[in-house]
Amino acid sequence: MMAGKFNVSSSPHVRDNSSTAVIMKDVCIAMIPTLAFGCFQFGISALIVVICTVLACVLSEYLYEKLMNKPITIGDFSAVVTGLILALNMPPQIPVWMPVLGGIFAIIVVKQLYGGLGQNFMNPALAARCFLLISFAGAMTNFSSAALKFDSTSTPTPLGFLRANGIKIALDQYNLLNIFLGRIPGTIGEVSTVALLIGALYLVVRKVISLRIPLIYIATVAVFVFIFGDHNSTTVLYHVLSGGLIFGAFFMATDYVSTPVTKTGQVYFAVFIGILTGLFRLFGGNAEGVSYAIIIGNIVAPLLEKATLPKAFGREAKKA
Amino acid sequence: MGLATFIGGVHPYEGKELSMEHPITVLQPKGSEMVFPLVQHIGAPAKPLVAAGDEVLVGQIIAEAGGFISANVVSSVSGKVKKIEPRRVANGSMVNSIIIEDDKEYRTVEGFGERKDYTKLSKDEIRNIVKEAGIVGLGGAGFPTHVKLSPKNENEIDYIIVNGAECEPYLTSDYRLMMEEPEKIIGGLKIILQLFPNAKGIIGIENNKPKAVEKLRELVKNESKIEVVELYTKYPQGGERSLIYACTGRKLNSSKLPADVGCIVDNTDTVISIYNAVAKSTPLIRRIVTITGDAVTTPQNFKVRTGMNYQELIEAAGGFKKEPRKVLSGGPMMGQALFTLDIPVTKASSSITTFINDEVEDNPETPCIKCGRCIDACPSFLVPVLMMEKALADDTQGFEKLNGMECVECGSCAYVCPAKRPLTQGFKYMRQAVAAKRRAAAAKKEVK
Repeated sequence: MMAGKFNVSSSPHVRDNSSTAVIMKDVCIAMIPTLAFGCFQFGISALIVVICTVLACVLSEYLYEKLMNKPITIGDFSAVVTGLILALNMPPQIPVWMPVLGGIFAIIVVKQLYGGLGQNFMNPALAARCFLLISFAGAMTNFSSAALKFDSTSTPTPLGFLRANGIKIALDQYNLLNIFLGRIPGTIGEVSTVALLIGALYLVVRKVISLRIPLIYIATVAVFVFIFGDHNSTTVLYHVLSGGLIFGAFFMATDYVSTPVTKTGQVYFAVFIGILTGLFRLFGGNAEGVSYAIIIGNIVAPLLEKATLPKAFGREAKKA
Repeated sequence: MGLATFIGGVHPYEGKELSMEHPITVLQPKGSEMVFPLVQHIGAPAKPLVAAGDEVLVGQIIAEAGGFISANVVSSVSGKVKKIEPRRVANGSMVNSIIIEDDKEYRTVEGFGERKDYTKLSKDEIRNIVKEAGIVGLGGAGFPTHVKLSPKNENEIDYIIVNGAECEPYLTSDYRLMMEEPEKIIGGLKIILQLFPNAKGIIGIENNKPKAVEKLRELVKNESKIEVVELYTKYPQGGERSLIYACTGRKLNSSKLPADVGCIVDNTDTVISIYNAVAKSTPLIRRIVTITGDAVTTPQNFKVRTGMNYQELIEAAGGFKKEPRKVLSGGPMMGQALFTLDIPVTKASSSITTFINDEVEDNPETPCIKCGRCIDACPSFLVPVLMMEKALADDTQGFEKLNGMECVECGSCAYVCPAKRPLTQGFKYMRQAVAAKRRAAAAKKEVK
């Protein structure tokens, strides 16, 4: 045996078999049910939006890294996740170039310019969605769907309808079962609560996400809507099941990079975005508020983190 | 009621099945050169009592403790001192060592191996025997045992905990001792209990060793002062703070010693060494070394004399069946990577673990995604993800603010990290940097 033949490195010398790519692939897998439902319900146009958005994200990441002489990281699937989340936040009949532009914005401006994976302070897909909402308000809120026979001028989403007409008439238009199943207008990925919950269950079972943020977030919205709305539990249920709340709670508010790492910080974060969502939905200019709430939450996440550092083992009694 | 345990930790592949059913075999040195480094413990180096050309006997003290926290070094063979020179040890550094030419006669010092009735010995006599025997913590840290056994107030010690957790993957030396020499564990524990009138003995064993739990429970069923506690199998269950918490619910931090919360923790092999020294007049000259991993032909548990060469141990286990990429002194979580096998067995050599594949090299580092798994894994409730940011910025102050000095370097965070970041390595570096800064500040104060 010759000396110097063995590798030398610091302990520990073994590694868990998880990896960033495994986690990102799990998130992609978890979005398959809602993706499938969206394509089934809204038809081929939805599928085209999804494919183009994902391609735009992956390609812009590849080209940016190539041009900047950086290691190519598209193999970690994080750009695919960004593309999927962005696409699933699009109305089904949006002109395809808009989400493509959004995808480029998400990857180049929000993610890469801040240093790439792990460095972005906002969820790239959500930042891009808000960018598109501001830039193309009309197209982004046109939820017409030929496949569902929702006509293009007069079809508000369940939340829009509720806001305009109150719970009684809203229930006549879209009953809770249809909302739960997803037979409603909305973005490609947000409509079917049941499909989203199947994906969420997968993420929980695979330990990719914990239920801490989603459940506290949803509960906060529910309480807020009950207190400041019409004190009607059906309205609360209507709010929870429609719009982007379920999608946002399980797939966007759980984004690792842009949410606090500390457990207590996550609790405050969830309550904070819950209150914001309630505020935007009940008192804002728009019927929806999940995306804005989460990205504002992303901005305060580092502060929440700093304020909620855990006490070290054996040092709990001491005042910091 | 669940099993006793702690919060945090990880479940790496245990790998114990490779060697756990191999009984301890005594391995005598083949080569003639035995190497005894003067630092085999935490604290000041030992001072040589012999010079080149001197004849030494088995059991002879060849170097004496070089300070309050230090330990004797005892020869494991008889023969002639060849020279005293720096030699490579497991952590990679060169340490001044006494080299002895082994004459294979194993002539012993007078009184070696004599049986003694330890119940008739005074506390000071016991402590002195432990000190003379050169006993240190054999779990790996190597803290001098006689110092541990001399706390400020012996009446305040209410638990003596024998660490039989053996949470480090692949290691089975403690398990074999529990299976083959359990009476000595009880004997050693009784000797320690003799020093502490108010103490109760606890033997903590992880539940992946059910036979050992059963065996020791059977042996202590009539002992009113000794209890076997079954621990949930989780790394680092055998870490001092985790073990004390699991057994007593008491919490320890970096500014406290176990004695400050009424506990003394000793590893299984250490307790047996105390028994051998006190009841059988045999100082610490041997230890159990597990030879394991997927690269070695026949995994083994050897009882060897300290000073033997690692190369000989590997050869005795049939050599390598496949060329290893990584060889460790110790286990995979806290062991030290070796670049050569020309290393002497010291008091702290618990195992040689060999791997065909190097999981560290095969899993290159990627950017942190802030998943927070390191936080869940940390037994000290730290936030490794933020500590690493400080480490990369070389910000010792920020690192201290995040309680970085509470890190026990167990490796759990780096093990779970999906981005494969070398967190523990960063923290080891920072902890040394902070310690150096504190020493410098203390020295400056003294000058003033």
